[in-house]
Amino acid sequence: MGFLRYFCRKDTTMKTSIQFSLKFVIGLIFLFVMFGISMVYGAASTSLQDVWQALFSNVKSDSINILRELRLPREVAAILVGAALAVAGAIMQGVTRNPLADPGLLGLTSGANAALAISLALIPGINYFGITIACFIGAAVGAVMVFGIGAMKKGGFSPLRIVLAGAAVSAFLYAIADGVGIYFKISKDVSMWTAGGLIGTSWSQLQMISPFIALGIIVALILSRQLTILSLNEEVAVGLGQKTTQTKTFLFVVVILLAGASVALVGNMAFVGLMVPHIVRAIVGTDYRLIIPMSVIAGAILMLLADTIGRTINIPYETPVAAIIAIMGLPFFLVIVRKGGRVFQ
Amino acid sequence: MVRLYTDDLSIGYGEQLIIKDLSVQIPNQKITTIIGPNGCGKSTLLKAITRIISHQSGAVVLDGKNVAKENTKILAKKMAILPQTPESASGLTVGELVSYGRFPYQTGFGRLSKKDYEVIDWALQMTNTSSFKYLPVDSLSGGQRQRVWIAMALAQETEIIFLDEPTTYLDMAHQLEVLELLQQLNKEEKRTIVMVLHDLNQAARFADYIVALKAGHIVKAGSCEEVITKEVLRGVFNIDAEIGIDPRTGKPMCISYDLFKGEK
Repeated sequence: MGFLRYFCRKDTTMKTSIQFSLKFVIGLIFLFVMFGISMVYGAASTSLQDVWQALFSNVKSDSINILRELRLPREVAAILVGAALAVAGAIMQGVTRNPLADPGLLGLTSGANAALAISLALIPGINYFGITIACFIGAAVGAVMVFGIGAMKKGGFSPLRIVLAGAAVSAFLYAIADGVGIYFKISKDVSMWTAGGLIGTSWSQLQMISPFIALGIIVALILSRQLTILSLNEEVAVGLGQKTTQTKTFLFVVVILLAGASVALVGNMAFVGLMVPHIVRAIVGTDYRLIIPMSVIAGAILMLLADTIGRTINIPYETPVAAIIAIMGLPFFLVIVRKGGRVFQ
Repeated sequence: MVRLYTDDLSIGYGEQLIIKDLSVQIPNQKITTIIGPNGCGKSTLLKAITRIISHQSGAVVLDGKNVAKENTKILAKKMAILPQTPESASGLTVGELVSYGRFPYQTGFGRLSKKDYEVIDWALQMTNTSSFKYLPVDSLSGGQRQRVWIAMALAQETEIIFLDEPTTYLDMAHQLEVLELLQQLNKEEKRTIVMVLHDLNQAARFADYIVALKAGHIVKAGSCEEVITKEVLRGVFNIDAEIGIDPRTGKPMCISYDLFKGEK
């Protein structure tokens, strides 16, 4: 709990800091409950006792092995990806002051996707580490393209224009990925990576990806105070003595790490980064020192929920988790557009 | 000894200079106002002096040091900036916003010290906004919001405060309220105030020193009596002004004016 105290102390008043610890603990409880639910329910339903044994004992049986080797890595991936995308979305919304910012909507995901296809085509037998690096590069290229187009016209960084640029660039990059897939006859491999969602996540993949996500989240927490100042107004941030170019560069790298790692793990996933920060802001306010840690929890809960729904809504078939998220996310997007970012007011 | 001045300052890109070779001295502990027509470079000059934008050549010098090379956090303890109509994140409370003024004094995760809390409360008191402390900034009226932003600048505890058109979008009474607050800060707290204003008569009434700009160069800089004259206003705004004396303040004021016909 030292971690908690560390993050709560710095708030403006003792009262809000107690409130935040409480909200954080409640969030953690929700996360554990959701994790339990997601482990128990699925195509092959198991009991809580099996889950317990899978996690904390050496007992071996078929159902416990399913839990250990299939469901557990999958739910751990859901937690990591949910947290990563939510934090990436929160950072993007803070830096751009654009309530519609989301790694899936602003070209990062599609960029990573295209890079993944190209790397599979050009480097046969590329290993998972290579794919991850390609995803980072692709996410960066996608983001630069979207913001480049957005910046072409003076005063071009309006929220909707950026989203339009994101849609156009994403369509282009997906087309490239498809084209590469068809031309090199690897579309099956590519779609296995990008549309697979959480299916088939292995422990070795998690071992590869989790350090990147952990690093990204830790740096995001360290920079969260800078992000709060930056989210106010760029000129104000300069006036308060922030090195804004340096801060934005670090934050950009963090977003690329988180979004790229997510694509390497589960493929395309829009709307998580859009929804979670808005929900979290309604709970903890506008200070990113609180928004970032809360987004980690809320993002993880959302992905676990979506994955559990995806696995159970149409047994024995799986409904893609990206589709579940999109069904929740689209109405959310429309509300944000309509209310100009003030979803819960 | 003037603490802040610019030396042959040029701002802009390539051949297109917005400000060219501009040298101006900002008098200590006075209110300086920059006036001029739209697009003359008033805001640009303010932003360059406060390092928000970079300049092409020349220098801004504060306490004998080149601002472009000085540590930005040290500068943030010497000068505060209130940009034109800043927006605030929805839900941000007044107390939180003002507390961000303490940013230059904090390290690490930025836990507020006892001193920080005292300064924040003092800044709220000075601007008469203590009663809003727990209200969201976006629930306030334009005038109240402007005072809250000034409180944030005050919490920065700087000797110099820059404001870019602090009265824009406010009605007359609230404009006066903001300007009187700045005057009080100047008189009682000995703050140096530098601001861009649109209204000539407000500039004449509240400023000790006026810098009149046109097309990126200084037409005239001096006291109100030196700048608010028929000749200067013709040169700056191309208007034919009638100058009188404000019976209440004794300052020059522009009573009536016309455009010069045929000279556009």
